[in-house]
Amino acid sequence: MGLTGLFLIGFLVIHVGLNACIFADLPFLNPSDNGEMFNRAAHFMGSTIVTRILELVLFAGFILHIIQGYQLEIQNRKRRGTAYSVGLGNRGSKWYSRSMGLLGTLIFLFLIVHISAFWVPSRITHDLAPVAYGNGVEMHNLYLRMFEVFQSPLIVLLYLVACASLCFHLLHGFQSAFRTMGVHNKKYLTMLKSLGYGFAVVVSVLFALMPIAMHFQWIKPD
Amino acid sequence: MLNAKIPDGPLEKKWEDYKGHVKLVNPANKRKLEVIIIGTGLAGASAAASLGELGYKVKAFCFQDSPRRAHSIAAQGGINAAKNYQNDGDSVFRLFYDTIKGGDYRAREGNVHRLAEVSTNIIDQCVAQGVPFAREYGGLLSNRSFGGTQVQRTFYAAGQTGQQLLIGAYQALERQVALGNVKMYTRHEMLEIVMVEGKARGIIARNLVTGELERHAGHAVLICSGGYGNVFYLSTNAMGSNVTAAWKAHRKGAHFANPCFTQIHPTCIPVTGEHQSKLTLMSESLRNDGRIWVPKKKGDDRRADQIPEDERDYYLERRYPAFGNLVPRDVASRAAKERCDAGYGVGTSKQAVYLDYADAILRYGRIEAGKRNLSGTSDAQIIAMGKEVVKEKYGNLFDMYEKITGENPYEVPMRIYPAVHYTMGGLWVDYELMTAIPGLYALGEANFSDHGANRLGASALMQGLADGYFVIPYTIGNYLAEEIRSGALTTNQPAFDEAEKSVRERLETLMSIKGTETVETMHKRLGKIMWDKCGMARNKQGLTEAIEEIRQLRKEFWSNIRIPGKINDFNPELDKAGRVADFIELGELMCIDALNREESCGGHFREEHQTEDGEALRHDDQYMYVAAWKSVGTHEWQLEKEPLDYEVVKPSQRSYK
Amino acid sequence: MPSATVRAGWCVRFYMEHYNMNLTLKVWRQDNKNAQGRFETYPVKDVSSEMSFLEVIDLLNDRLVKEGGDPIAFDHDCREGICGMCSMYINGRPHGPWHATTTCQLHMRAFKDGDTVVVEPWRAQAFPVIKDLVTDRSAFDRLVQAGGFVSVNTGNAVDGNAIPVNKDNADASFAAASCIACGACVAACKNASASLFLAAKVSHLALLPQGQPERKSRVLSMVAQMDKEGFGSCTFTGACEAVCPKEISITNISRMHKDYLFAGVAADK
Repeated sequence: MGLTGLFLIGFLVIHVGLNACIFADLPFLNPSDNGEMFNRAAHFMGSTIVTRILELVLFAGFILHIIQGYQLEIQNRKRRGTAYSVGLGNRGSKWYSRSMGLLGTLIFLFLIVHISAFWVPSRITHDLAPVAYGNGVEMHNLYLRMFEVFQSPLIVLLYLVACASLCFHLLHGFQSAFRTMGVHNKKYLTMLKSLGYGFAVVVSVLFALMPIAMHFQWIKPD
Repeated sequence: MLNAKIPDGPLEKKWEDYKGHVKLVNPANKRKLEVIIIGTGLAGASAAASLGELGYKVKAFCFQDSPRRAHSIAAQGGINAAKNYQNDGDSVFRLFYDTIKGGDYRAREGNVHRLAEVSTNIIDQCVAQGVPFAREYGGLLSNRSFGGTQVQRTFYAAGQTGQQLLIGAYQALERQVALGNVKMYTRHEMLEIVMVEGKARGIIARNLVTGELERHAGHAVLICSGGYGNVFYLSTNAMGSNVTAAWKAHRKGAHFANPCFTQIHPTCIPVTGEHQSKLTLMSESLRNDGRIWVPKKKGDDRRADQIPEDERDYYLERRYPAFGNLVPRDVASRAAKERCDAGYGVGTSKQAVYLDYADAILRYGRIEAGKRNLSGTSDAQIIAMGKEVVKEKYGNLFDMYEKITGENPYEVPMRIYPAVHYTMGGLWVDYELMTAIPGLYALGEANFSDHGANRLGASALMQGLADGYFVIPYTIGNYLAEEIRSGALTTNQPAFDEAEKSVRERLETLMSIKGTETVETMHKRLGKIMWDKCGMARNKQGLTEAIEEIRQLRKEFWSNIRIPGKINDFNPELDKAGRVADFIELGELMCIDALNREESCGGHFREEHQTEDGEALRHDDQYMYVAAWKSVGTHEWQLEKEPLDYEVVKPSQRSYK
Repeated sequence: MPSATVRAGWCVRFYMEHYNMNLTLKVWRQDNKNAQGRFETYPVKDVSSEMSFLEVIDLLNDRLVKEGGDPIAFDHDCREGICGMCSMYINGRPHGPWHATTTCQLHMRAFKDGDTVVVEPWRAQAFPVIKDLVTDRSAFDRLVQAGGFVSVNTGNAVDGNAIPVNKDNADASFAAASCIACGACVAACKNASASLFLAAKVSHLALLPQGQPERKSRVLSMVAQMDKEGFGSCTFTGACEAVCPKEISITNISRMHKDYLFAGVAADK
């Protein structure tokens, strides 16, 4: 659980980093970028054999994490037997620490929508508008695609809920993963805890800003 | 005539010689010999583990849900050992001498010297097991001082030395369980000794979950069931601590020795009301730094902080300048009672004295300021630093006091009062720890052997582990070597039938009374008689009355007790009823013994026998003996005296002045 | 004032004032392991704030016996917070509302007049109910049997000071060893995991030189036994640490995980 979690955390860093390229188009940065930086990055990710293999590994990671998660949740739920009439609730732990299964499920549902909206058309069906930049290589205009998708308020709402879920999932998951892997030194634990909180918030906010920025057309294709 | 079987030869050679000549059992035969152990405290668990390691087939029984919960776990302060790590003049002889003197010259020299000798092995053994003793910065073991001694020989693990030592023994025991050498029976209570041809051959035990009676045969039976302080109802013992196993042995022919020797611990949290179910000890180690006082004015109702320094009577320091607040327990307890009886007590009940840490906090604060090279520190800063140091040393005890009383002992002095804590008396045993019944042994607090009339602090843990780890593994072989021809034992014989029948009948009688009084109220009434008339101070009239009252109580118990539930069920009220019935019988014997002993010594204080300044007055010419009582009828006992010969120590009046 | 006091949220004064209260107790009653349990409600009058929680149960039981009823079965022994026998889940929290306190040390000034107090047994598959509030915690003994010891026979030891132990390690080892095996961690954990109990034992021995020879085999076999006993796994919610009467740190679980991973990777078989 911890191992796959850490792997997925690594993926999140790359994902959020690449996607943040869309903000290059922000008026005060480079209004003429028009999604070029992002599209190039996305193209790179889909065009080399190494990244394609990594993509498979990533899927495996996701699937493993999800299966492990559900297994753990199902097993652990059985351990109580008769339920308490009065629960301990938040007096002993944070609600999100106890709700990793639920949060994970929300993220999972979102993933299905997310993959079918971007990954499937880009990698499988190839029905995205082409675009070419300076060197003439034709690539998918994912930037445009994002803009189209995020015009629907419902989708934006779904993304925001998912980002919130991700945030809480990470608030617990980040430090828990390191503890599961055996980090017990107080100094490092304190550092990791702070890092984890920061990471959870920054990543989730960055992700959340993408649908918002496009929906409110802070950035848009020309 | 009782024969203590003390080996000949000079005192310091006795144990070595004994070990050199004792009979051995070869490993192949050990596997065929079964040993039953009742109780899994320090003595029982250490014996079970050690005998299991040797290869005997061991069955261990405890009434708790796990052997680790035995009441040894509650010992706080520490364990003595003559290691002399502090280079302060300690030696085996000094530990021996302090223990004999602390026991007011009513213990056997041979046993006590052996105890002092093996004390050092105990520490080594426990360290090897992973007992996390307190350590100095250099990584070596730390020591502190305890009452009745002038050296630092007490090893400790914060305020839970007993728990750490017991866990060590428990782990060793569970290791033997895992290896199949020991079979553990939890939630089981021994209710009868089975005798075949004059030897202990097994027990009848009750499974406390199902209520079923079980037969267990063994070539030897070890009683390691602890003390009988709960005869007073209110004591520092656990709620389940009981005399039943020892009492059954006594009724079957084992002598009960010095039953009146009870230790009243000076520093316990005072009683608050009728509802109280038990008393809580505050470790003796608190007397290292705390100062005990009462107001100089009678019936002073001012709060402690409003009483100025010169109006406080630090009565222990006044009366005993040499030992001050670190006098032995019996002395400290009586001094507290004397002040309260004279009308100087504090708190709402007036049955309490102050244990004050204000001075210690200041002292430590100043030392700390010195260490940190601080100058011009305010009083408040010094106090704050001092509190930190005190918290480090005694934090858990202070927290406990605060939880129970709701008062903050860092700010106001603690109120303390003596309470029943330990019983020096117990089953009579010889040098080999065998009772008068062949094959029946008693170890730890359950026997009488090492503490005389008063036990020094931090010596109970030492004795329990000495008996279990280092004495019984040698001495039991001397008996079992003769048993190798007995072959496998069967429980299918008339002696077991009879024993089981008598246990069953007793249980059925208890259930059939269906009276109106609960076990708890009966127990409380017994406790009150014992505390009032056979407690910290005793006299002829009170004891005579008490005997009569206890006999009445016994009658009432057997005609008016009310026990709910069923026999063959989980029934704690029935378990307790059996224990209280035995306590009532024991209470009578304690009073008889106290009445017989026309002297004051250690924990036994007869008001008729005291010096002019109120110290205990012994009569060595008449009472230099162990009073071993043999049961000859329901209310009849025969006194057999084991004379105490002091070859090395010269008995004198104990002086801590 | 010590910080523990503040966190505990009970009223500490220099001099305590006392009061009486009437309470309603809702107690779980269950005849035996296989029986269907239910809550019974008992009004209890004139409870003194100076009483301990168990003394209130004593009071109620005394009344029940006199009325011809069946007294409430509950585990208790030392009543000074060290034997680990008492085990009540009071108002949704193991050992009741006070921080770092066992049931027997919980005193009635934690409650006020008119309160309803719900009392349940530890609930975990690995701790079946024997009767009412009494559960079978023998699984803990079996966990220790699986390796929670140093294999040293009596008489094998070298001098106690022959092996110095770094004081910080000795203190940390002691802190872990202060576990009283009450099972509150299991009772509080949403997964009914025994990880804190297990980690306390593993850490106690792993932090001492005496525990090194068996360090790897110990953690492997004890963890395997925990799974076998039917305890859940640790998801680091922190509930165990929050309710532990001896304040055992959850960091011990991380240490156990580290040992487990290292031992697992290094395992020969």
